[in-house]
Amino acid sequence: MSNLPRLRLHIPTPPARPGEPPRFDHLDIAAAGAVRRPDSAAPGQEMRDLPYTLIRVLDDAGAAVGPWNPGLSPDTMIRGLRAMLLTRLFDDRMFRAHRQGKASFYMKSTGEEAIGAAQSLALDRADMCFPTYRLLSWLMARDYPLINLVNQIFSNAGDPLRGRQLPVMYSARDYGFYSISGNLGNRIGHAVGWAMASALKRDDRIALAHVGEGTTAGGGYHEALTFAAVYRAPVILCIANNQWAISSFFGFAGGEATTFAARAIAGGLPGLRVDGNDFLAVWAATLWAAERARTNHGATLIEFLTYRGGGHSTSDDPSRYRPADEWEHWPLGDPIERLKRHLIHMRAWDETRHAELTAQVTDAIAAAVREGEAIGTLGQSRPDLDAMFDQVFAKPDWRLIEQRREAGL
Amino acid sequence: MPTMNMVEALNDALDVMLTANPDVLIFGEDVGYFGGVFRVTDKLQQKHGIERCFDTPIAEGGIAAIAIGMGAYGLRPVVEIQFADYILPAFDQLVSEAARLRYRSNGEFTAPITVRAPYGGGIFGGQTHSQSPEAIFAHVTGLKTVIPSNPYDAKGLLITAIECDDPVIFLEPKRLYNGPFDGHHDRPLTGWAGHAKAEVPEGHYSVPFGVADIVRPGRDVTVLAYGTMVHVALAGILESGIDAELIDLRSIVPLDIDTITASVKRTGRCVILHEASRFGGFGGELSALVQERCFYHLQSPIRRVTGWDTPYPHAFEWDYFPSPARLAAALAAAMED
Repeated sequence: MSNLPRLRLHIPTPPARPGEPPRFDHLDIAAAGAVRRPDSAAPGQEMRDLPYTLIRVLDDAGAAVGPWNPGLSPDTMIRGLRAMLLTRLFDDRMFRAHRQGKASFYMKSTGEEAIGAAQSLALDRADMCFPTYRLLSWLMARDYPLINLVNQIFSNAGDPLRGRQLPVMYSARDYGFYSISGNLGNRIGHAVGWAMASALKRDDRIALAHVGEGTTAGGGYHEALTFAAVYRAPVILCIANNQWAISSFFGFAGGEATTFAARAIAGGLPGLRVDGNDFLAVWAATLWAAERARTNHGATLIEFLTYRGGGHSTSDDPSRYRPADEWEHWPLGDPIERLKRHLIHMRAWDETRHAELTAQVTDAIAAAVREGEAIGTLGQSRPDLDAMFDQVFAKPDWRLIEQRREAGL
Repeated sequence: MPTMNMVEALNDALDVMLTANPDVLIFGEDVGYFGGVFRVTDKLQQKHGIERCFDTPIAEGGIAAIAIGMGAYGLRPVVEIQFADYILPAFDQLVSEAARLRYRSNGEFTAPITVRAPYGGGIFGGQTHSQSPEAIFAHVTGLKTVIPSNPYDAKGLLITAIECDDPVIFLEPKRLYNGPFDGHHDRPLTGWAGHAKAEVPEGHYSVPFGVADIVRPGRDVTVLAYGTMVHVALAGILESGIDAELIDLRSIVPLDIDTITASVKRTGRCVILHEASRFGGFGGELSALVQERCFYHLQSPIRRVTGWDTPYPHAFEWDYFPSPARLAAALAAAMED
């Protein structure tokens, strides 16, 4: 043995555990408006500073500032606010429904509602989003029928996916929302392939892909990034960095030494790092990347910095591995409160109108839940059993025909 | 003797092996501080230290590759894949690397790794938390594939797996974690307390691979099962009134062919039960083996009771999941021929 120090392994540990005060001093948060906005057609190598900063538009007072301010109309922002609020309250209601035994499973998007809501409104109806299970606000912003959601969550006879999928693993092609599955990272490559097909067909549609920061550890993410860069695919690759993948903090995805947006540099793509709880910043960054994709300048990687306000799912108990009050101390705040503050700051909104909107959204949810309950909740009602054997193939082969009979159908 | 559920028995096996052998270590998603989503590694990091039980990136291919590399160095990693449904990104590593490393290096390098994965259905987990992929691993020579059906076997087989010099796929029927589930999903849950196989000795003991367990002796028909289906089979046999012999295979690679053959030669009939879908399932291999070795003793066709050849259907779980009634019907049909 030499006299060099012996080897040691670094095993990451999060900034704080239960019982300790939440800590976010590892985050270097730029002031709103401080980050430059290059032309969306600029060469990627001229913007290698962007992954290491943070694009923000809304300041603490609720003003929209700086070159990334998309200058949205109050009506558009109110639509976004409604979609976020609807998502938040719907999630809470469905989480309770699971606890009441009405659903087998549920996952909330709490704290991350700005991302899907802004992107859903900013992109075209013909574009395609390849979502994670924490992007319900995309559907809410496009007025996807609440009853469809409720029926799938209750696994009842009205389930639009006919009992084949878990609650929250939606598929809504007409709303630009690709089929979700629990296998993380498998579909970011689909988004790249979809975008490449659009280019091959000389179409004008682009794709939007989502993964969480935890999923960037896996091979599917890296392979998709390579293809997107190689072919300059018209796709926007998004990482929702919500700090936690079940109990694994961002450090286990490699977030201690660099930013997730900076992964773009080695791949030869532009990388933007964006305040994911800032509706206007999400909108502006998405539109910038969309412009770049639509003008044949290729893919962009965007990291949205956000926080998973709830547990991973109804099966999780986050108080076992992170401080219970960590979300309250999250330095980027609550996306709903921030957009509301901005609208009030603009004198386009007030507490009375906000209370009215809350009441209206609550009523809409209650009506959908009543309608779903009338069909039945988990176990009381279910889709027609024919759906079990149907659509395994375009046409069933003899095995399925025989097994249907064996099952008594 | 302490009574344990299957989670406690597995945790105890890991604890025993971490204590006994400094080369044993555990890693996987959420297994460290949190103790695993099913609590199988609960408190092991606190007790044995962060270098003996730690969290990993969410990357199953990476977990398998790292385990193989550590195994090649001389450690004995025990890794957890959070659900067997998520093992497929690791498939190339397990099939092309772990299974062949010894062979292709002429024994210079080996992969003495254990890959644990909660598996099987019955928890309303839909298509990504319910599947039973044992047959695709059994097909790969060089891998051992083990499926316990009770706490006693779970601890003893896991210790054998960790001590084994070959790579082991250790599939844990998650529906059995908290009780001997017999397929009657509409009845109150039964825990492990009071079950003979929930008596789990303290300390080190092992249950060998390749030795099946005759759970219930019988004269008329042989039932082959493993994992959750052992309990479903027992219920179905009792409900059928047929004097069936129930064999719990415990490991499907290596397979206790002698116990199977001796039983079928005695009974002359065979019914195979598994949760996984039928076509290309492990039941097909069992059926071929029984036919090859017992053909002149068979009095009726070998039957398979299995999941259907569909993806795992969330809302139709109990129509897909083989029930005691389906087994009883197959037993009756086997007796009528």
